[in-house]
Amino acid sequence: MSARLEVRDVVHAFDGVRAVDGATLSVEPRTITGLIGPNGAGKSTLFNCVSGFLRPQAGRVLLDGLRIDRRSPHRIARAGLVRTFQTPRTLARMTVLENVLLAASGHPGEQLGGALAGRRREREARARAHELLELVRLEGQANSLAGTLSGGQRKLLDFVRALMTGPRLLLLDEPMAGVGPAVRVQMLEHILALREREGLTFLIVEHDLDFVMRASDRVIVMTDGRVIADGRPDEVRADVRVVDAYLGTLH
Amino acid sequence: MSSAGPSLLEVEALEAGYDDTLVLRAVSLRAGSDEIVAIIGPNGAGKSTLLKAVYGLVTRYGGAVRFGGDDVTGMRADRLTRLGLNYVPQTDNVFPTLTLAENMHVGSLVVPKPERRSAVECVEEIFPLLRERPRQRAGTLSGGQRKLVALARALVTRPRLLLLDEPSAGLAPQAIDLVFEKLGEIRRLGIGIVMVEQNARRALGLADRGYVLDLGRNAIEGRGAALLADPKVAELYLGGPATMQSSSTSTSTPSGMNPETK
Repeated sequence: MSARLEVRDVVHAFDGVRAVDGATLSVEPRTITGLIGPNGAGKSTLFNCVSGFLRPQAGRVLLDGLRIDRRSPHRIARAGLVRTFQTPRTLARMTVLENVLLAASGHPGEQLGGALAGRRREREARARAHELLELVRLEGQANSLAGTLSGGQRKLLDFVRALMTGPRLLLLDEPMAGVGPAVRVQMLEHILALREREGLTFLIVEHDLDFVMRASDRVIVMTDGRVIADGRPDEVRADVRVVDAYLGTLH
Repeated sequence: MSSAGPSLLEVEALEAGYDDTLVLRAVSLRAGSDEIVAIIGPNGAGKSTLLKAVYGLVTRYGGAVRFGGDDVTGMRADRLTRLGLNYVPQTDNVFPTLTLAENMHVGSLVVPKPERRSAVECVEEIFPLLRERPRQRAGTLSGGQRKLVALARALVTRPRLLLLDEPSAGLAPQAIDLVFEKLGEIRRLGIGIVMVEQNARRALGLADRGYVLDLGRNAIEGRGAALLADPKVAELYLGGPATMQSSSTSTSTPSGMNPETK
């Protein structure tokens, strides 16, 4: 079985400081993989390299065997790898539904097939939008302005927007940050359900390790720009190198 | 702090946060004038916010702070400094365009005029760098040296207790050694230290006592050495099974949601 995502020896430095220093990892299809590590480990930089927001200075990134490390973020998204941001990028002055539909409009509706196919596609997009809003319990607010949502709800909306593009791999950047208890529980349910029902693959950076350990099939640990451990949550938690990375060393 | 009497700094059930987000949910802490107290805990535990709340830099919603027996809850930072409680932030803790001598002078303005000179001299005894390069601008120093100047500048105000936010952050190992050595010297002068640290083991190795925070609450406290040996500390960081979950926090999850936990 080939990996959904492969990251090989990726390097990215800022002013000579190697934030990502030869990171290698892979993510299997239909899995939930947690990416953790102490502050400054290089997780966000690696996320940016994988999603095209930074260009790796060395190494390669492959999505289902296809090189994507020289592509722009929107082309990577079109190839099936979509990310969310720690601070949701929703459009406050548009309705919740419009936000969701806009995410789907990246599809080439205008090109071939004429107006008829375009209309059918739009109908499908609307149906899918309502289905997803239903799933995250935002259907009631479909016609409210996105700016009126709470922080946690905006995060759910961002999640739905990412799903609208029909991704094969979803990168979630701190889905739990700034999210209240109710939405926390929901988010975990949604991730597990989408993996189960639609076969989605997730790579999740998250500081709430309780959440990571519960949600993930596999946990990858980074420190100093490299991967130092990779395994089941219980294996990783018991790994001395991981404990050292988090607690520091005496001398 | 040897007796059961009042401590120099007493924080009681402090609640604080930013705008609409409550970060500290009733945190309590004590610190004496002859001890180093380490505050550790996973990301987002509220460690830095605790220092800022004590020093009056973030909004307080509840609880009390006493210093030297006086209620100083809600007191402004500059007045706390005059009372002997000072704070060194993690970054932006020196005036980069001023020379080392000027940095010291600015710090000493808190002290009555006739005593300023001796206040600076006392600190120069501890930090030879200040005498070696008085005319160098602080912004041109290495990270480690800058940290020392920040400590020196705080000491010049003649504090009885210092609040330090991550004294080791961003420093090379040798620089950390030097900074920690200075912290030991400061303790010997009878000046208390409450420090937040990422490097939990280093901090506990030096500290007399430590507090582990989690999700804005007190989780574990004890002597530094005891906490070093306590497996519950690592479990708190890594989301282990023994995580202390207080009944009203957000960590509750419906049972059966996750087949992988036991």
